Amino acid sequence: MLKDITLGQYFPGNTPIHRLDPRTKLILVIVYIVALFLAKGFVGYLVIICFLGTVMAMSKIRPKTALKGIKPLIFIIILTGILNIFYTKGSEETLLVDWWIFTIYKEGVMNAIFMVLRIFLLIAGTFMLTYTTSPIALTDGLERLLRPLKKIRVPVHELAMMMGIALRFIPTLIEETDKIMSAQKARGADFETGNLIQRAKALVPILVPLFVSAFRRAEELALAMECRCYHGGEGRTRMKQLHFHGGDFFAFGIGTALLAAMIVLRHFGL
Amino acid sequence: MPPLIEVQELCHVYGTGTPFQHTAIEHINFTAQRGEFIGIIGHTGSGKSTLIQHLNGLLKPTFGKVLLDGTDIWKDKQTTRQARFRVGLVFQYPEYQLFEETVFRDIAFGPKNMKLSEQEIRRRVLEAAGFVDVPEGVLEKSPFDLSGGQKRRVAIAGVIAMEPDVLILDEPTAGLDPEGRAGLLRNLQDYRKQKHAAVIMVSHSMEEVAMMADRLIVLNHGKIAMEGTPQQVFSHAQELKDMGLCVPQVTEIFLRLKELGVDVDPCVYTVPQAVQALRTRKGGSGRA
Repeated sequence: MLKDITLGQYFPGNTPIHRLDPRTKLILVIVYIVALFLAKGFVGYLVIICFLGTVMAMSKIRPKTALKGIKPLIFIIILTGILNIFYTKGSEETLLVDWWIFTIYKEGVMNAIFMVLRIFLLIAGTFMLTYTTSPIALTDGLERLLRPLKKIRVPVHELAMMMGIALRFIPTLIEETDKIMSAQKARGADFETGNLIQRAKALVPILVPLFVSAFRRAEELALAMECRCYHGGEGRTRMKQLHFHGGDFFAFGIGTALLAAMIVLRHFGL
Repeated sequence: MPPLIEVQELCHVYGTGTPFQHTAIEHINFTAQRGEFIGIIGHTGSGKSTLIQHLNGLLKPTFGKVLLDGTDIWKDKQTTRQARFRVGLVFQYPEYQLFEETVFRDIAFGPKNMKLSEQEIRRRVLEAAGFVDVPEGVLEKSPFDLSGGQKRRVAIAGVIAMEPDVLILDEPTAGLDPEGRAGLLRNLQDYRKQKHAAVIMVSHSMEEVAMMADRLIVLNHGKIAMEGTPQQVFSHAQELKDMGLCVPQVTEIFLRLKELGVDVDPCVYTVPQAVQALRTRKGGSGRA
């Protein structure tokens, strides 16, 4: 059951999208988000959807998998939609429903649709990044992109290393949680019945061993890193050098075009 | 009278309907009686862990049944819960599950979940601690201050305190020193004898199962490849090797001796038996 979590999961593949430099993908995600927030009308959203659809098709990630990642957030998306329907005020002519305390305007409905669509596309788009980029490539790319910040004493390498380690240990910790849960269940622990307080209390036998093991792992990892003479980013070279290729420049071109198109469309209010 | 625990046509498939679909075990049939010591051997990934997690209802069979005293453990929720207490399962490296402030309270976790009286819990904790040679002075310490071997003992006591009719252990001696291993195995025998319980032990050490088990079950690719007394199983040395397993070291030596033309019976699988065999060969006199 815990294994069903797909958040931030990487699906290996060898498609043009997978092969892109992680820096390109990171920049493109930012471009995509900006473009998404520039969209104002149906035409704008349609362009974004087409763009995302093409990327998805090229990366051979099945829409079903992408939707699975959105599942845990469905509640927030629906709530946003409902709030937008009821809380957007319009003028007399656009009034659709006026019943008891509920008033719905045409603007509200439109707002709700766009809002839901925007969150939906935002999540689906960012998921494309993690689905097609391995965590290691991602942190590498991030480190390179943020390198200029070193001048103002931001510990870029350390942050990237921390992020890499954190990502690396998510599956391990999930597995560990599963194991500890089984073991405590074998001793009759009950996580499913009882009121809220009882259930919270039932988590103690899981959380304590989990924390203990996380600390133990951290210590072992630190030791192992020191044994291999890790001393921070100073003078550290990489095994895999990042290089931009033809595909990356093409992708930048597409990104620029997308941004330009969205700005033009916004200008015309589409 | 039905056997204490009976497994009928057990199958388990992980991740049904996903690309990762994988059949872990299929068509497993076996029974265990009270007082029996059963060893389960098999290479890594042969389905041992999956099998034992079915016996106390942690995993639900995709197909097949697990019967405890003739009753399907999945009959209703209550039966499943009772099965958890009647079939005690000790996972690999159980010391990583300790969580309480004191050793006493950690061992008492199982009995407490059984909703026993304060007095009964106390009795069981003390008895379980006795079984695994945890001295009373340790009971008020924090489990995190103990040595690795002691932690392991405390964790096993936590399961023994539920006084299960079937005690299952997944590689209980992994990572222990030779003395710790021998002690722990003795403790398990004591428990089996005193409570007239069945003990099922998964192990990678052929010497251990040869010494302890009345019966061996050999798993290979999710199926039972062999079943019988250690003598029967270890007489198929080549087949075991093909499965990535082996025979006890003494058996290996005797097989080699036979190959070299020494007239010995290679059906020897513990050191005392080997000594015995060599003695008789020398005509019952002298030292082997």
